[in-house]
Amino acid sequence: MNVAAHFSYWITIFVAIAGLYIVIARGNLLKKLVGLAIFQTSVYLLYIAPGKLIGGTAPIIADGFQVYSNPLPHVLILTAIVVGVATLALGLALVVRIREAYGSIEEDEILAQDATFTTDIRSDPS
Amino acid sequence: MIAQHLPALQVVLPLIAAPIIVLARRGTFAWLLAAIVSWAGLFVSAALLAQVADGAVISYAMGSWPPPWGIEYRIDRANAFLLVLVSLISAVMVVYSRLSVAAEVPRERHYLFYALYSLCLAGLLGITATGDGFNLFVFLEISSLASYVLIALGRDRRALMAAYQYLIMGTIGATFIVIGVGLLYLMTGTLNLADMAVRLRGVHEVRPVLAALAFLTVGICLKLALFPLHLWLPNAYAYAPSAVAAFLAATATKVSVYVLLRFYYSVFGESVVFSVLPMGQVLLALSLAAIFVASTVAIFQQDIKRMFAYSSVAQIGYITLGLSFDSATGLTAGIVHLFNHALTKGALFMLLGGIVLRLGGVRFEHIGGIARVMPLTSFGIVLGGLSLIGVPATVGFISKWNLILAALESGAWWIAFAIVLSSLLAVIYVWRFVEAAYFREPSAVVVKLNEAPLEMLIPSWLMIAACIYFGLDATLTVGSAAQAAVTLLQGVR
Repeated sequence: MNVAAHFSYWITIFVAIAGLYIVIARGNLLKKLVGLAIFQTSVYLLYIAPGKLIGGTAPIIADGFQVYSNPLPHVLILTAIVVGVATLALGLALVVRIREAYGSIEEDEILAQDATFTTDIRSDPS
Repeated sequence: MIAQHLPALQVVLPLIAAPIIVLARRGTFAWLLAAIVSWAGLFVSAALLAQVADGAVISYAMGSWPPPWGIEYRIDRANAFLLVLVSLISAVMVVYSRLSVAAEVPRERHYLFYALYSLCLAGLLGITATGDGFNLFVFLEISSLASYVLIALGRDRRALMAAYQYLIMGTIGATFIVIGVGLLYLMTGTLNLADMAVRLRGVHEVRPVLAALAFLTVGICLKLALFPLHLWLPNAYAYAPSAVAAFLAATATKVSVYVLLRFYYSVFGESVVFSVLPMGQVLLALSLAAIFVASTVAIFQQDIKRMFAYSSVAQIGYITLGLSFDSATGLTAGIVHLFNHALTKGALFMLLGGIVLRLGGVRFEHIGGIARVMPLTSFGIVLGGLSLIGVPATVGFISKWNLILAALESGAWWIAFAIVLSSLLAVIYVWRFVEAAYFREPSAVVVKLNEAPLEMLIPSWLMIAACIYFGLDATLTVGSAAQAAVTLLQGVR
């Protein structure tokens, strides 16, 4: 197998696995989100890299240009980046709220706190 | 003129309502607008179902860009059926939610709640209506992001952790789906699902296509909470505000099941998924594991919402069990159960919301004797529980009957036996509620409670009544499901 010819795919897979590993292996809620963002970034590469032709230009018909890169993946990934930013922002906002409620952003400490915590019913029923 | 824009209208209405609600910042207005778009959505989807009832397919070119280049909305009998289900649940739920949300969400956040509710609804309807792979991903994320926030609005601080965990797992799932769609796009050069299906016809030994199938299967199964990818679900449903738990339990996982059906039957084709690959056996094993493991775990829960959440995981197992038979009967059984379970579980979570409103929680040690002060709510939960078990004259029986027919048709009598056996597990966890609610002495707190308000009881009981009605006369649901199954089995739509 020719590694150099599939260079972009190897990078994509490496980034995806690295991101997914961070999500699974880390207990810190912030680091998990960073891993998730890296994992999503690999998808951007997966879409964009095959759309690019070496020597290709934007698809505008003009004299002297025969090779065009596909613009559609770029547009799609623009949307995916927006989705990724929204997800990351929401995740970070949740982590802020979790820190306010628990005083920690370590998953094991939070789960330990919850293990001894049960909700009480309302003392004055309405 | 407006009739030809119906496929887009039902998605656009809640999508536009959300920013208007945020700008207006008024709780009552927000509820009213959310209610209007939900009910409008119900009428639109019912009109769509009527239009495609004869087997016609509506193709709507978004922005008049013709498919396969533009985004196409494609309505056939399969997704019209689901559109009606989602908008029906939403229309009932929005009436119910006003008092429930008033009690469980701080007043200054009410308008945000309804903005997110509208967004979530727009996302779910969009997923169902669209015929474009990437558009599907975007709507999936719209509905998912909205539902993470809705879950985080729960009063308990554990709602935050539940929302965070759902966000992590949901995003991994969505990313897997977009990787799968990306691989298919690389191989076919199109994002239009119908066009993709044409180009993939007969292709089944190309590795990127198989990799796409694998990524899509895992990603969608994360979203639909198929065992063992269900870990986000119990906490999310248990700690979310009651109206959110009821809405998501009845719609979100069902829409994901539809996405799985669409990719399996319409894009890859039944023969690739079930004949070339052993997906039928994989689904069968996971479904049976879901049914038995999740039902058993449900028995040992102390919180009734968590118990019914685990029961949801088990019920999703029945839906995928129907798919795994790879037959028209099995597919019909799966789709019927999808509808029936949405009704049953929606009703159960709505009724539990009534107890949360009065008592503040639904743990078994607190609800002792609650049937004496809240008889209608308790009896409704019992009827819903009977439907989960599959007692005749409830929708649960119709589902199990069709599932057993499909199992016998495929010659696997032991699966039919397993379905009956698994119902006994449901008997145990439903009995735990009956024992606590009817046979214990009410505590000093419980004695002072009142019945849930009518504004919540009526929508809940409408759902319970639907459970009984469609249990007695299943021609409409089974008929629609059978038609949807035929549409899906025709392959390319």
